[in-house]
Amino acid sequence: MATTSVEPAAPPRAGGRAPSAGRLRARLEDALLPPIVALLIALVIGDLLILSFGQSPGAVFAQLLSGTWGNAYGFGQVLFKATTLTFTGLAVAFGLRAGLFNIGAEGQIAAGGFAAAAVALALGNAPAVVGIPLAMAGAALAGGVVGAVPGALKARFGAHEVIVTIMLNFIVLALLNWIVSAHMAVPETLHTAPIRTGTVPRLSELVDALHGSAANLTILVAIGAALWYSWYLFRTRGGYELRATGLQPGAAEYGGVSVGRVWLKAMILSGAIAGLGGINAVLGYKGYYEEGMTVGAGFIGIAVALVGRNSAAGVVIAALLFATLSQGGLAINAIVPKQMVEVLEAVVIIAVAAAVPAVRLALRTARRAEGGEPA
Amino acid sequence: MIALIFLVQTLRIAVPYVFAAAGGVVSERAGIITLQLEGMMLGGAFGATLGAFYTGSAWVGVLCGILGGLVFAAIHALACVHWRANQVVVGIAVNLLAIGATRFFLRLAFDSSSNSPRVAGFSVEQIGSGLLAITANPLFWLALLAFPAVALLLDRTAFGLRVRAAGEHPEAAVSVGVPVRRVQWIAVLISGALAGLGGVYLALDQHQFTDSMTAGRGFIAIAAVIFGRWEPRRVAVACVLFAAAEALQIQLQGSDVLPSQFVAMIPYALTIVALAGVVGRAVAPAALGKAEG
Amino acid sequence: MTDGRDETPGEAALGDQENPSRDADSRAARPTTPPGRAPSAERREPAVLLDGISKSFGACVANRAASLSVAPGEIHALVGENGAGKSTLMRVLSGMFRPDGGRVLVHGRDVTGWSTSEAIDAGVGMVHQHFMLVPPLTVAENVVLGIEPRRGIALDRARAEREVAELSARTGLRVDPRRRVAELSVGEAQRVEILKALFRGAKVLVLDEPTAVLSPPEIEELWTVLRRLRADGGTIVLITHKLDEVMAISDVVTVMRHGATVDRMATADTSPREIARAMVGREVSLAGEIALGESGARHSALGTGEPPSTERTRSSAECRAPSANVQAPSSLLSVHDLRIQGPRGLRAVDGVSFAIAPGEILGIAGVEGNGQTELVEALAGLRAIASGTVRLGDLDVTRLSVRERADAGLSHIPEDRHHRGLVLDHSVAENLILGQQHRFARGLRLDADRIDANARRQVEAFDIRPTDPRLPARSLSGGNQQKIVIAREMGRDFRVLLASQPTRGVDVGAIEFIHERLREARRAGKAVLLVSADLAEVLALSDRVAVMYGGKLVTVMPRSDASPSVLGPYMTGAHAEATA
Repeated sequence: MATTSVEPAAPPRAGGRAPSAGRLRARLEDALLPPIVALLIALVIGDLLILSFGQSPGAVFAQLLSGTWGNAYGFGQVLFKATTLTFTGLAVAFGLRAGLFNIGAEGQIAAGGFAAAAVALALGNAPAVVGIPLAMAGAALAGGVVGAVPGALKARFGAHEVIVTIMLNFIVLALLNWIVSAHMAVPETLHTAPIRTGTVPRLSELVDALHGSAANLTILVAIGAALWYSWYLFRTRGGYELRATGLQPGAAEYGGVSVGRVWLKAMILSGAIAGLGGINAVLGYKGYYEEGMTVGAGFIGIAVALVGRNSAAGVVIAALLFATLSQGGLAINAIVPKQMVEVLEAVVIIAVAAAVPAVRLALRTARRAEGGEPA
Repeated sequence: MIALIFLVQTLRIAVPYVFAAAGGVVSERAGIITLQLEGMMLGGAFGATLGAFYTGSAWVGVLCGILGGLVFAAIHALACVHWRANQVVVGIAVNLLAIGATRFFLRLAFDSSSNSPRVAGFSVEQIGSGLLAITANPLFWLALLAFPAVALLLDRTAFGLRVRAAGEHPEAAVSVGVPVRRVQWIAVLISGALAGLGGVYLALDQHQFTDSMTAGRGFIAIAAVIFGRWEPRRVAVACVLFAAAEALQIQLQGSDVLPSQFVAMIPYALTIVALAGVVGRAVAPAALGKAEG
Repeated sequence: MTDGRDETPGEAALGDQENPSRDADSRAARPTTPPGRAPSAERREPAVLLDGISKSFGACVANRAASLSVAPGEIHALVGENGAGKSTLMRVLSGMFRPDGGRVLVHGRDVTGWSTSEAIDAGVGMVHQHFMLVPPLTVAENVVLGIEPRRGIALDRARAEREVAELSARTGLRVDPRRRVAELSVGEAQRVEILKALFRGAKVLVLDEPTAVLSPPEIEELWTVLRRLRADGGTIVLITHKLDEVMAISDVVTVMRHGATVDRMATADTSPREIARAMVGREVSLAGEIALGESGARHSALGTGEPPSTERTRSSAECRAPSANVQAPSSLLSVHDLRIQGPRGLRAVDGVSFAIAPGEILGIAGVEGNGQTELVEALAGLRAIASGTVRLGDLDVTRLSVRERADAGLSHIPEDRHHRGLVLDHSVAENLILGQQHRFARGLRLDADRIDANARRQVEAFDIRPTDPRLPARSLSGGNQQKIVIAREMGRDFRVLLASQPTRGVDVGAIEFIHERLREARRAGKAVLLVSADLAEVLALSDRVAVMYGGKLVTVMPRSDASPSVLGPYMTGAHAEATA
């Protein structure tokens, strides 16, 4: 596995800002066709599952939509879940831009959430202006440290980051489990004491209708992270070197870039983004760190990056899509088991992963036949 | 006595690792990454439960369990071998799919979101719950054969030669007429059947299916494959080593000697160390994961 | 980089584009078998007859009505420069490519457009330049892979090893069937490749540049094996561009140039000079060879298997080209006794020294794969230097990084713009700052305005089209892509330029443009190292000309002394032959 290139999404197109109508159309097809094909496949499989339960697909999908985008609470929950997935999706996408596959977002976000709670607890009753930034910094730092390990091992020994990050997930989760259960847990629970500073306000404090939903102002941090992602990649020297490394390590090396150093930096930043995502549940929702509170977010983050094709806007949209599925599962649970959406999520990932190469090949063949695009 | 308990516990824990890791070796030696071992095990466990529940026969359970592992293996092979999708992405997705699908069908079949009713296992009860009960389980004996069989397959058969060629240098294999894709398909299916058996053992041992009952065992098996450097003999040793660590963890529970979580980290930490090459570098088959594109 | 790569479809055509003026070669039409020259074997039915083969890849023509006739039991050399279409023609024979026109006959049977497996079944085996071997498997396993002897489902390893050992003994291809291929030397690995073909019953064996990776004693051994195969009735086609080899082993020579077979002669009736003339398409003067007698004689020692010794290399370099070794204080680039490790323990560059003065272009000619790539990459900081020094003016840059060298005034046009020179999915504007990104940053940020201004300026100054700098570099034509590289490397302050294959795969207009830029750099007092497989280009631009062969500079001379006929023998290794 030492030199596998893992770049499931399209080679990111940089710089070109839609110069002509034809190219725009081509880019749109490239970007939209695979996810659309994937969603259609998911729809068919969803229908089969619903029918196997003796229900009407139309009614189930209507319920899924009305339970998410159809009412304020459901929508708030979608926003809450999408916030977390935006962080993990950006984290995975950031790694992929450098040519690295970060499967470790699962452990990084847990470490970040824990660190946020630990910092907030340590600060006692400090004011929010101190508590929130420091807890956020702690979250990013913890995620960055977890990300640094595979980055350093890759740069130094060429150890494949996929396996290292997977293994590190288990190590980090076991470590957190030990710290929490042995030292910090409220008796009879698996969570820490509630924090007294650093709490992020709920959105419902601004919009009454969202009452009861977990959506909170962390969403602004997520949007900020998405904006930073684009800014860093496309407006800074570090981002320039990172993208060059991800696309063509040989050319980056030629351009005086130290490829190993870029790998390390990319994994640290990727981990930091994922770690920062931990604050959504800790500072914005529960007010404490609990075992397993972000479980699955790292893995779905891979799907988000894949469907979002490593662009900031794409990641946000894909995060909303997967959040809708996840929340929609709860909405339909009365009719069919909510586990149906877990199946659909997986189907979307497999279909996108398989359809991206297949569809792109078909598109390229078609375009070459038209004589439009240079081969 | 404690030593004997420890030994038996180790063997019991090792059985599913052995099946799954043996499957992992076959697939990865053919060049296909198997992050989906966990999902295939889960499919095996669920299949075994269904089979045993509806027929009352543990042996039918075994067959259905193998089928369960094969279903998820086929999905993986279809996406990764046929369509050349990214093996890491699909592997993770197949795991998610297995968790979701077994939950869904658990509700469909048994109207429960946590566990199935009790099903038949191998009649261990006749011997009682003594330490040697494990010897009454035919799957235990099958597990003992798994690695020798895989080693023979890889080293002594024409198919095994083609598997190794496909995993190391597929272009060279194609250039002499080896149907590399078919070889990889078969290798992935073999890994699915073996990992399925690992799941079967879990389900029949506990006489039921519980939600996500594989609990990360597929990943321990992957760790064993890497730590054992893709060599059947070494991987077998790694499985037993990791199982012993887990048995130790059980022994230590409740004591203050060493937090059990640290013992649980051992397989993962050893794997990272092996990958970093601190004690003898783990070198993967040269073309592992490169089928995409 | 080995020169055989040149003949992959794309590049073969690129070679054609480089020299459009020579494309109109009328000799392609002339009969390939001059009357009276045909060896006696010709009267029998040829083992292989390729008749008027044409093959194009897109717009690129790799073979144009090429014909080849090989008699049974003959060793037939197929020679030509890089990109002449030799490999393409042989791939048509071995079933890898289907020809666009023409016929393929093997033992009189029309097999045009057959598949590789059909070719193997019919006894046509090809030994590729890049080995198709599985390193962790044993020799026997590699040989039998795909047609394994079995007992039930089991692999009959004993039989496999026995049969391979027998074949090995019979043919003289000595190699232990039980050893793992990964442990073999290059020469042994090649024997395994030949064994593979023979094990499949090959009667016609095609070897693509088999000696490129072999040491002199291994080459001698290969010749012995090939002669033995011929004695057993085997037919051998040998692709090469080394004329000493042609003379040493072949019975008949067919020369290719620009996709066509232009000449065919019996080896016994011809000379290296005559072959070289046919390859290059120009008259060769004997005077040049005589004038360079001494160095040629020295080099011939290498051909006979004497291991190269550092001392002798140095002394011969001195006596042959004193000017190259003198480190003139005024030189901008000086390289002293540079050694670079190659693959498998071989030296890619072996004791190269030269200096380039301000306002001078030193051209390095030579067939690719003789160490040029490694030399340039090492000078640019991309490859580790085993020993020796590199100076930029007075500054010792031997241990400096790529960026530090660039900051010290080194520009580099890399030979492969798709691999190194460009990030194809980056925009033109982004590519125009590659390697200079730190100069376009304000703190962390990239200065978009300056990048834009730079892009607009360069696009205009270097006439890059289309003119929109936001387009991905991938969408531009080869010539315009190369102009991006040229603009970036020459449109800024620099003292020394490394220009490696600067006009490869670009159109005529761009070639002229690029050549003019290089002359401009000379006028501006820069030092230019020009490395090109295109001899015409080297001669057109250089003040001094060197030839690289086998990791060494085998000659350095003023441009006024150089001509294709003088250089040709050095490039093909035939200078040894000419003076022996």
